[in-house]
Amino acid sequence: MTLFSTTGVRRWLKGMMLKHMHRMITCREFEEFVLRYLEGELSDRQRSVFEWHLRLCRECREYLAAYKRTLEITTAVMAPPNAPVLDEVPEDLIKAILEARKH
Amino acid sequence: MTKEHSKSVETTPSSVGDDAEQLVRDNIGWMLLLADRLLRDRALAEDAVQAAFMAAFRGLANFEGRSSLKTWLHRITVNAALDILRQVKRRAEQPIDEHLPEFDSYECRIEAPWAHMASVDEILESEDLHDRVHKAIGELPDGYRNVLQLRDVEGYNTSEVAELLGISETNVKVRLHRARAVLKKLLEPILRREVQP
Ligand SMILES: [Zn+2]
Repeated sequence: MTLFSTTGVRRWLKGMMLKHMHRMITCREFEEFVLRYLEGELSDRQRSVFEWHLRLCRECREYLAAYKRTLEITTAVMAPPNAPVLDEVPEDLIKAILEARKH
Repeated sequence: MTKEHSKSVETTPSSVGDDAEQLVRDNIGWMLLLADRLLRDRALAEDAVQAAFMAAFRGLANFEGRSSLKTWLHRITVNAALDILRQVKRRAEQPIDEHLPEFDSYECRIEAPWAHMASVDEILESEDLHDRVHKAIGELPDGYRNVLQLRDVEGYNTSEVAELLGISETNVKVRLHRARAVLKKLLEPILRREVQP
């Protein structure tokens, strides 16, 4: 559902609606809630307001989708391997550590 | 030498030495990879691991087994890596402000429409894209990247990250959200497929 296009008048209208109408938050306010929404820390009322904005606002909907995708990708790319294996056993380092231990 | 006998001499210096070597051999692999993820530099990672083992040897007598040995060593390694990160003079970091979410004068978000959003598999399948993501994460300032890595990659919770970094939980959350938002912006050319694999 997309109520708004990006043209100037519509953006103005969207801004006014989100700012002044009941149960609406602006995109800037939405931004403040993103982390707490994902962490499950919003009250029921806050969550329903957040999700209502999400339904009305194409920009925040796509932003949140890309934010979550970024998170998935970060975790996947940086994840510790299941069986951490090194190319080779760092014998020099092992020796240095055991040597340093004696002092 | 009977089994019982060999057990009873475990505390002699030479057998303690063997235990130490075993401890090092059993754990050095994942500890190096962990330190390297945080420091992004193999030589610094080796320094961190060496410092971590020294701290572990000193603390081993007091290790009470309240957590697993691996959990304990994990935290020691993170601390050693963070110490080094604080000492090393990093290249000048780029301010992140220009990558934070943008809003117009009506407080409406500015977000170009998404025609395509790359999947996790698309990224993982391409070595080039994988490297680009890795590099983008490296562009985050240390204070943001650390929080992101400890929370989203290494699996520490908010209060543990706050303790490891010596900052408040509120600060952890603010940095975590900004780090993710900035990274989303940095990854956009890849996610939108403006960069060809
Ligand atoms: Zn919005």
